[in-house]
Amino acid sequence: MKLTLNKFYVKDIQFAQKSAFADGILYVDKKELAEYLMEDPNIQSVDFDIARPGESVRIIPIKDVIQPRYKQSGTGQIFPGFVGDVETVGNGQTNVLEDCCVATSGKIVAFQEGIIDMCGLGATYNSFSKMNILVPLIYPVEGLDKHTHEATVRVAGLKTAAYMAKQTLNQNPDASETYEHESILEMGAKYKDLPKVVYVDMVQCQGLMHDTYVYGLNVKGILSTMIGPLEVLDGAIISGNCAAPGHKNATIHHECNPVIMELLKRHGKDLCFVGVLLNNESAMLTEKKRAAYYTSNLSQLLGADGMIITEEGGGNPETDLMLNCRFHEKKGIKTVLITDEYCGRDGASQGLADVTPEADAVVTNGNGNQFVVLPKMDRVIGDVETVKIITGGNANSIGQDGSLSVEIAAIMGSCCEMGYEHMTTRLR
Amino acid sequence: MKKIVHYLNQFYGQLGGEEKADLKPILKEGPVGPGMALAEVLGQEAAIAATVICGDNYFADHQDEALAEILDMIAPYEPDMVIAGPGFNAGRYGLACGAVCSAAKEKFHIPVLTALYPENPGAEMYHKPVYILKTAISATGMRKIIPVMGKFALKLLKGEEVGFPEEEGYIPQGYRVNVHTVQNGAERGVDMLVKKLRGEHFVTELPMPVFDRVPPAPPVKDLTKAKIAMVTSGGIVPKGNPDHIESANASRYGIYDITGLDDLTGDAFMTVHGGYDPVYATEDPDRVLPLDAMRQIEKEGGIGELYNYYYATVGNTTAVSSAKKFATEIAQDMLRKGIQAAILTSN
Repeated sequence: MKLTLNKFYVKDIQFAQKSAFADGILYVDKKELAEYLMEDPNIQSVDFDIARPGESVRIIPIKDVIQPRYKQSGTGQIFPGFVGDVETVGNGQTNVLEDCCVATSGKIVAFQEGIIDMCGLGATYNSFSKMNILVPLIYPVEGLDKHTHEATVRVAGLKTAAYMAKQTLNQNPDASETYEHESILEMGAKYKDLPKVVYVDMVQCQGLMHDTYVYGLNVKGILSTMIGPLEVLDGAIISGNCAAPGHKNATIHHECNPVIMELLKRHGKDLCFVGVLLNNESAMLTEKKRAAYYTSNLSQLLGADGMIITEEGGGNPETDLMLNCRFHEKKGIKTVLITDEYCGRDGASQGLADVTPEADAVVTNGNGNQFVVLPKMDRVIGDVETVKIITGGNANSIGQDGSLSVEIAAIMGSCCEMGYEHMTTRLR
Repeated sequence: MKKIVHYLNQFYGQLGGEEKADLKPILKEGPVGPGMALAEVLGQEAAIAATVICGDNYFADHQDEALAEILDMIAPYEPDMVIAGPGFNAGRYGLACGAVCSAAKEKFHIPVLTALYPENPGAEMYHKPVYILKTAISATGMRKIIPVMGKFALKLLKGEEVGFPEEEGYIPQGYRVNVHTVQNGAERGVDMLVKKLRGEHFVTELPMPVFDRVPPAPPVKDLTKAKIAMVTSGGIVPKGNPDHIESANASRYGIYDITGLDDLTGDAFMTVHGGYDPVYATEDPDRVLPLDAMRQIEKEGGIGELYNYYYATVGNTTAVSSAKKFATEIAQDMLRKGIQAAILTSN
């Protein structure tokens, strides 16, 4: 399997009479895009706004962040099961809008929505603040139940992202990268002396708006399964997750999964990247055990020597993380865990809800309880009042000077447990 | 020039060995013993104005009185800093160094510093409030530690930013702080795995913490006579969230009246927990805090009585230190109210 990512660097997004991509500028015809989204009868109204790096702009509340991608060639279409049909993706060419994302906002769905600041202190806690962002503000019809509301916003975000990247079709990209991933038997023969590495991508599907979709299927209740890394880059996994904004895996994290990207880059060099195992984080202990045991069965069948395990969310998913660690280490498969911590505002509490002595190699992406005061912004996209109820905010979050005092768990993707950002903790 | 008061035991204070260990605190002007070498490192920027010397046994046997006497001796100097030791691996001396520093910091609100061998019991007990520089096991390390102490003391006196333990040489105080990195988390993870697979040295970013294990209380002898309370970390509060409990990392808990109620309804109660889908708890809060079931058991005589208030907080990315504090206060309140047992529900 071979996939080429055609990269188009976005310098600016502007509203225009006609949607197009030219000279690094993405022009968006709001009316046409709105009509496309309003095909969903559950949307009462939709508006759009633009946020640019360095502007004094705050976006709140944000449900999901998505990187615009669209298939130039190959089978299937981006976001299969939502935008594309359920046909296999991960081959041919995919056009990608770099330095650009969609951040869905509008009426808040649930507590677990986050903040992006385009400048100031908040902008140091995620990569999104360095991107040109198109914000669809989605307002559902009266009386829409929360679960349908969530699905409505989720799909609208994916459609917006696909629509944006579609504007680059048949154009010459600024850069392109090709990734190749052989069948397991082939790579086993080709790289017989390299350690075999598997990536365990733990996804949080517990129902109750903690859900992740693979080819459009909510993977709650599945036995652990395998997926090709190149499929993931074409949006085969998307987020419907309303977990804490600082450490939920948004759709962009799946599309650009940094563990997959790093393993693909090193495949055939100092390791042999066998593939990706999807392990659901259920809310029930038996299901957690079943998932971790079964993942370890698959790893053994694949002949894994080592693995990276990433977590989504916190609290009970730490049990999934630790069970996977223990079961794999017992089978002689070496593990590295990627997580984050909640060790209190002073950083002095235990930061994980579950531990195991086998977890001797752990990467942390920060303490989500860190308290910060984000300066006032000239402009707010969305509704700043929602900071009072979101994770990381509180009733007194809005200062008299318009600043926001929050824990960084409120900042979208700040402690991403796939290791997307550049942060860790140190003991002092 | 900044003023420092230095604390030493009888041995380093050059008053004698074990035979003088019962010595009460005495005060000497200027530096004594290791203080002389320290003063040289401090140079023109700070001076040791006085030295307090106390016998190890006297301090250990009369800690409260000794501390009070020592602080009284220090106070008139209005020092900018208190330094103790270095105490190396001397147990009684190490504990005294930690205690004097900790008490001086609390009383005078000034920086304090000592230096001990990491396994000294004083290091274990006082590493959180006090900067404790790591020393060798015995006084053979004196020559090495004095310059480190002097430089670190000047840094504290000038209010300069203190680096990490590995750079400065102090024993970690137990606070995890966020720092930005060059590599992203995934790159660091793959590097760590490659090293682990090759059997090379690697350093975990998060050593596994040690959890408290709480032994379960003995069972209630006769439930039919017991007063039972309900506690939830599932965020069920009266509508409007009167105590403004946060949806994550709660800083407080509430105590709410359920007198005369047999059932929690979405009209009067709600959830403020930010970690789960609130739809079903909003429909029927009994799903998280089962008042309906408890009242039924109460009517059937299964329990003596249900306490007419419940305790609620939000257990969502909530720090263990906060949870511990709430639990201590709630348990004490329960004891005062004559409650024998409690049912804890999450979400």
